[in-house]
Amino acid sequence: MTQTAAKNQSYADGFLALAQVLNGHASAGQAPSWAQELRDTAWSTFQRLGFPTARRGNERWKYTSVRPLAAARFSIPLELDPDSGANIQDVKRLAPWHDDWTNLVFVDGLFSPELSTGDPINQTAAAGSLALSLDGNSIVQQHLGRYTGLDDDGLPALNTAFLRDGAFIHVPRGINAGSVLNLIYLTTPRSQPKAVFPRTLIVAEPNSSVTINESYVSMSDLGHFTNAVTEIVLEDGVNVEHNQLVNEGTNAYHVGHTRVHQSQDSAFSSSSFAIGSALARIDFQVTLNGPGSSCNLDGLYLTKDSQHVDNLINIDHASPDTTSNLRYKGILDGNSRAVFGGTVLVRKDSQKATAHQSDKNLLLSDEAEVDSKPSLLIYADDVQCGHGATAGNIDPIALFYLRSRGLDHETASKFLIHAFAGEIIQSVTLEPLRDFLDQLFQDELPAASIKIGVAQ
Amino acid sequence: MGTISNSASSGAPLLEIRDLHASAGDLEILRGVNLTVNTGEVHAIMGPNGSGKSTLANVLAGRPDYTVDQGTILYLNKNLLEMEPELRAREGIFLAFQYPVELPGVRIWQFLKAAVDAQRLHRGEEEMGAREFDQLLKSKVEMVKIDQDLVRRAVNEGFSGGEKKRNEVLQMAVLNPKLALLDETDSGLDIDALRIVSEGINQLRSPDNAIILVTHYQRILDYITPDFVHVLLDGRIVQSGGPELAHQLEAQGYDWLKESQDQPDLVDAGA
Repeated sequence: MTQTAAKNQSYADGFLALAQVLNGHASAGQAPSWAQELRDTAWSTFQRLGFPTARRGNERWKYTSVRPLAAARFSIPLELDPDSGANIQDVKRLAPWHDDWTNLVFVDGLFSPELSTGDPINQTAAAGSLALSLDGNSIVQQHLGRYTGLDDDGLPALNTAFLRDGAFIHVPRGINAGSVLNLIYLTTPRSQPKAVFPRTLIVAEPNSSVTINESYVSMSDLGHFTNAVTEIVLEDGVNVEHNQLVNEGTNAYHVGHTRVHQSQDSAFSSSSFAIGSALARIDFQVTLNGPGSSCNLDGLYLTKDSQHVDNLINIDHASPDTTSNLRYKGILDGNSRAVFGGTVLVRKDSQKATAHQSDKNLLLSDEAEVDSKPSLLIYADDVQCGHGATAGNIDPIALFYLRSRGLDHETASKFLIHAFAGEIIQSVTLEPLRDFLDQLFQDELPAASIKIGVAQ
Repeated sequence: MGTISNSASSGAPLLEIRDLHASAGDLEILRGVNLTVNTGEVHAIMGPNGSGKSTLANVLAGRPDYTVDQGTILYLNKNLLEMEPELRAREGIFLAFQYPVELPGVRIWQFLKAAVDAQRLHRGEEEMGAREFDQLLKSKVEMVKIDQDLVRRAVNEGFSGGEKKRNEVLQMAVLNPKLALLDETDSGLDIDALRIVSEGINQLRSPDNAIILVTHYQRILDYITPDFVHVLLDGRIVQSGGPELAHQLEAQGYDWLKESQDQPDLVDAGA
């Protein structure tokens, strides 16, 4: 434990500082709130677990090391910094944005009313700062932290210990949230690297529907550590479209935990985009907890140089007649590395389940490496399941076909790389977001002047 | 043996193949091909499976799977073997693939526009405007009678065999090659599709270009009348003639030529 104490000094200091700030806000003599109890429990859990390692056969962390995060010195922003430099031009440049959307901007994890637009509490859905709802909101109290097992892993515990602000979205029963809810978590530059703890809670009541974008972007290429937790609750008959972008710069460390809990006949559709960080670990877990529930998870990751992206995706078919479709693609260049893991679990009583997983990787360099190990665990006997993982280079016959029409080698490869990525980008239904991603990947992939996601 | 030259044409031939030997891996496929093609000519290359017909077409287009071991190819008086496949294309060579490649996510419009622009930039011209290209594509789509909806899709993705072949002819029409290599474009086509594809090819035939038509069957030659027919057997052209040779092959097969092949000294003496 002495090692842990020394290693995690930044967080210990930060936790004390946060307690002081929060005490300053609380009335004297008040009993600790449930939120404070949650933080305290989470902090002691983190102290016990520390950062995860691959030791003792921990398959979940076999290929990814977060060791540098324990020793590094981070500053932990506890209040909105007026000198952070955050501005609307950078927000709009870095993240998907549309004036018709409800845009909620969080600077270093803290809600920024100045940068946010749209009526945060409109008639159809409540969307706004989690900080405002931590006291006295029974829905938040009922759901926050319930789907993220603190004991699973030290990282969600660490996020929860620093629970301060974030986004809370509540869609009442039967409501179709008219506006897209666009959450932007922006990290700002500073001389000392920051650790930020974005937190999102989305609760959709029966027969409601909502589209949510969740972007993690950074204004600087300085290293920082983002530790995000998102919980999404879909009650009966709910329809949620969720789009996630992780693009925090080449020196960033990003770990994100998304927990989706689905009730009967709910449908969750997700598109996840990750553009190389120094390290990104995206841990996604969907529990299909009611008959007739379904999830459709698409993903695209791009790594270059010595970047590392680890997608861990677990789907639990905890009810009969449940459906999951998982389709991820990776493009790897340089000596980068991608990890794709996770399990689709079909429980014994989950008959008539359908589950498909695929992870396809395009390796653009001999030094790039992918460890793709998706797995199926099936205990029911009446199911339809399939999975596959591939890794390969650009198809030489396809390349020759393009060259035989006059395209040079480089342009021909770009066509094929873009087409590979385009399959995932094109399946994003929200047009301004699709255009944004199309442009972003166009810029980030080996340069080319081809529109991939858009028809002629 | 095997060399046909058209003394009526002026200047150098469009294509001149001399003693071409080519292999795939350890397997030698072409074993001394000689062929001269002038503009305005249609040459049919026939022969049984495995004789090297497709290899010849692919070697001319620069497919990297094949190695040229010996011989020369002059195209427009330039050394073709030193040219990358894209350079050959920009200089006017077009290969209609026997098995056109599916390119999911690559739209025909963008792909063909890029191909046309590559050609134009190579000629020192500007890229074509989008509207002008729209019109060009539309006129060629009508010419080869391809379904307009197919053109909006990704290249060959989910196309039937016939649609893929028709898409090759569409590309040929748009790129307007000087030398078109049609690699078994007739295979897998039903009779109606064969007629439409052939009509498209006939419309592209002009005194300024040439076509090398690789085929297994005589039937496409009922629609596209060749100027010359060559029989490729075991990597060599063993017989050349006019259109009547195709009918003879249809009636008699290749066996009578194989017998003469079994006397290599005679053939070599003629080469």
